[in-house]
Amino acid sequence: MHRFKALAIAALVATAAAFAGSGAVAQSGISDGVIKIGVLNDQSSLYADLAGQGSVVAARMAVEDYGADKKGLKTEIIFADHQNKADVGSQIARQWYDAEKVDVIVDVPNSGVALAVNQITKDKKKAFLVSSAASSDLTGKACSPNTVHWTYDTWALANGTGNALVKGGADSWFFITADYAFGHALERDVEAVVTKGGGKVLGKVRHPLNTQDFSSFLLQAQASKAKIIGLANAGGDTTNAIKQGAEFGIVKGGQNFAGLLVFLTDVHALGLDKAQGLIFTSTFYWDMNDQTRAFAKRFSERNRGIHPTMIHAGVYASVTHYLKAVEALKSDDGTAVIAKMKATPTDDPLFGKGTIRVDGRKIHPAYLVEVKKPSESKKPWDYYKVRATIPAEQAFRPLADGGCELVKK
Amino acid sequence: MQIFGVPTQALFGQLLLGLINGAFYAMLSLGLSVIFGLLNIINFAHGALYMTGAFVAYFLLQGAGLGYWWALLLAPIIVGLVGIVLERSMLKHLYKLDHLYGLLLTFGLALVIQGLFRNQYGSSGLPYGIPAQLTGGHALGFMFLPNYRAWVVVFSLTVCLGTWYVIERTRLGANLRAATENPVLVQAFGIDVPRMIMLTYGFGVGLAGLAGVLAAPMYQVNPLMGADLIIVVFAVVVIGGLGSIMGSIVTGYALGVVEGFTKVFYPEASNTVIFVIMALVLLVRPAGLFGRGQ
Amino acid sequence: MSAPSASAGAPPGVARGGIRHQVVAFVVMLAFFAVAPYFIYPVFLMKALCFALFACAFNLLIGYVGLLSFGHAAYLGAAGYASAHAAKEWGVAPEIAILFGTAVAGALGVVIGALAIRSRGIYFANITLAFAQMVFFFSLQAKFTHGEDGIQSVPRGRLFGVLDLSQTMNMYWVVVAVFIIGFLIVYRAIHSPFGQVLKAIRENEARAVSLGYRPEQYKLIAFVLSATLSGLAGGTKAIVFQLASLTDVHWTMSGEVVLMTLLGGLGTVFGPVVGAFIIIMLENVLSQLGDWLTVVQGLIFVGCVLVFRRGVVGELGRLLRKPL
Repeated sequence: MHRFKALAIAALVATAAAFAGSGAVAQSGISDGVIKIGVLNDQSSLYADLAGQGSVVAARMAVEDYGADKKGLKTEIIFADHQNKADVGSQIARQWYDAEKVDVIVDVPNSGVALAVNQITKDKKKAFLVSSAASSDLTGKACSPNTVHWTYDTWALANGTGNALVKGGADSWFFITADYAFGHALERDVEAVVTKGGGKVLGKVRHPLNTQDFSSFLLQAQASKAKIIGLANAGGDTTNAIKQGAEFGIVKGGQNFAGLLVFLTDVHALGLDKAQGLIFTSTFYWDMNDQTRAFAKRFSERNRGIHPTMIHAGVYASVTHYLKAVEALKSDDGTAVIAKMKATPTDDPLFGKGTIRVDGRKIHPAYLVEVKKPSESKKPWDYYKVRATIPAEQAFRPLADGGCELVKK
Repeated sequence: MQIFGVPTQALFGQLLLGLINGAFYAMLSLGLSVIFGLLNIINFAHGALYMTGAFVAYFLLQGAGLGYWWALLLAPIIVGLVGIVLERSMLKHLYKLDHLYGLLLTFGLALVIQGLFRNQYGSSGLPYGIPAQLTGGHALGFMFLPNYRAWVVVFSLTVCLGTWYVIERTRLGANLRAATENPVLVQAFGIDVPRMIMLTYGFGVGLAGLAGVLAAPMYQVNPLMGADLIIVVFAVVVIGGLGSIMGSIVTGYALGVVEGFTKVFYPEASNTVIFVIMALVLLVRPAGLFGRGQ
Repeated sequence: MSAPSASAGAPPGVARGGIRHQVVAFVVMLAFFAVAPYFIYPVFLMKALCFALFACAFNLLIGYVGLLSFGHAAYLGAAGYASAHAAKEWGVAPEIAILFGTAVAGALGVVIGALAIRSRGIYFANITLAFAQMVFFFSLQAKFTHGEDGIQSVPRGRLFGVLDLSQTMNMYWVVVAVFIIGFLIVYRAIHSPFGQVLKAIRENEARAVSLGYRPEQYKLIAFVLSATLSGLAGGTKAIVFQLASLTDVHWTMSGEVVLMTLLGGLGTVFGPVVGAFIIIMLENVLSQLGDWLTVVQGLIFVGCVLVFRRGVVGELGRLLRKPL
């Protein structure tokens, strides 16, 4: 009792003193003279290869190529690992904006983290250029005047792959879906496209995230005899499913896999002998024209030989367009810059000409690609053949359908 | 014919697949059980060492051109040696303390090993092919069974039963078991107990490495492959009864089958069902199904 | 089986010298909280404070009852979801939301505790892990948690209808107050007749039984208290970060709180606080360095178990020859 009383009194006194003495807090000022860019992504787990340090390289290249120094714009690039945790990501974002004068955050894979950063950016009126995250809510329910969603989203992938395959005669589907919000979203979007196109979904199975063994789910897919097995998952789950699919003779048995979220680095990890024939949608491929090839050459030299994924391209392009807007406005005020980015048509060596809609969605063409057979690959990282181009106007969800409050009816 | 809406043919297929997965659980929990049963060490680093075994197989192939069959032989030895180094340098200081310190130490070791591999190799995974002699498969009517998977079941069953036999039925095993009960007395008989403990840890860990080699052609070789597996394997060992070798083997296979069924009827829960079972078992039989209590 | 030993606490009779040191330490701690936000980013401090409370609650169970729970994330996370949901969907005031979260964690603690208390040692650790995994699974499947997206944009609200918590410093003082309340509750529990019985049970359960005490009841009360205060930490954290996510119910979070407590000093009063601050600081620093975080955390575990078993505060206490 004795001890407790003493401590309690001490506590009360100290707290009273603290309240009495509380004054202004050391607050950060608005950044002056320096455009500080923060690359926030996963440097250590699932997404480290498709984004990770490569995104930092891409951001640096964008700043250098833009010639920021020569134009008198001082820039600084910092990066951090959010470890795929929403609270780590949100804390880093807050600290960056409040204490370290960061003006714009780029990349951010993992939709949970991206949604959190999206809200914080909106509250603090800074800027957010999303390249990695997939959620189409970022330009829908959660749209913001401070965010641009660049590379792709679940709607674009679902539509691109789903439509193209159904039109090509693949009218029966079986889904193997990661039991995660984004997996469900992919499955739902593709199912809608398939049924609208006259196809049928013969079955679906949901697996826990980070499943090692897909044999049981593949068996169910085989039994369904669906022409296409849609993989509504990503990363290790997709590659494991494909690898084991080869073991179980899925492709030999006449079925095909449709990857719904596949990156160049996944194909590299699988190897062409396992990945061949895989069909999916991408918004960038390094070997499409001279400009992309030149970029890829310079990028891979700085990124341990790893060629750029569409994420890396998205970081490069979004930072470039951002710098253009900053230069035009002579200010790095988040809301103003994003508005300027939306008002200015885009033109960069990687995505070509495009626009950013009022809901923050960047519009550019998408490509349906198929993974080459080992015999068709003539050089390192020569993995895709482009089967079809989806024009920009059709590649993304129509403006009115998103439920974004920035879209005036 | 259908059971709960699923054709029996499909069910048999899932049962067989479940047995195959069970083979992994059995082998991994066997190593854990040997280590705990004989040494009273709770080896949380088991998952990380399983992963190391898979990586060693990968390195042997990439670096020395030594294929799968070599890896089956060499990787467990290499991983076992790593285990011996860990035992000599760190674990042996903890024998006099509460078991839980051993758990915390090996937990820390697991983080270090996984972190180092992830730093170096990223997390996308590295490819490792199925050995030429085991590719392809057979159509069994109710499913297509890849040869490699059949091999996994047969091989692991042999290893498990062989280990059980050595420990429970041979003199060496008897010495080992006696040494856990009363090391001083056994040492008085002239048996080098510390060395036996060291070799036993190496053996248990070598089993994990062996499981890693078996896994490499089936799953992608990646630094995180053991991370979520370790708590499942723990559950298997606890259900079977800490210290019971046969308990771990039987439970491993049984749980593989249960998980297989869950994947048919409620697949989202396939990762969690084992914990439900563990909770139930511990509530009814606190020492595990085959356990001898503490 | 003897539990991991608490630092050699002085028997109650020698309390006088010990209490003075502890009061001094307490005042130092408060002074630090009062001054720190002017030098250190306040949101970081708030995170550390929430985890410090979590670690203190966890330490109650392992340091004083000798039970290693490997599933404490369940209470942190469940409370986080409950508070976030209450604040966002039902629109209640922040103090009600936090209390609601705390109550949910407490209820969970009663259910799990009643079932788990029968076991001890590694079995106890495993059974708490099993239940925590079930809580994780539930959090993943339930609609209201939105899976891996989590509950986002939780409003900070106005405390008691008056204090606007969206102002960082206001939120900060509230978190400090919550932490102090929790800390004092833990302190009171330890240094009380209840705490003495717990210690007796830990040292020699059979003798405690022969003296007429029912160990199961005491252990259960300690367990529920530990779970409830973990829930307080979780609910507060959800309001501070305006977010509740799966990270907080994942088993690696259970591992983190063990690390914090071990590093700070099992069974010391201030150890968990120090351990939490160090680990959070480490995470901050290392997030800039790519993937060395897990390696460093692992090395700390290994180092603590091998050569630093008393933890930072434990060693400090030993130097000063007074329990801290």
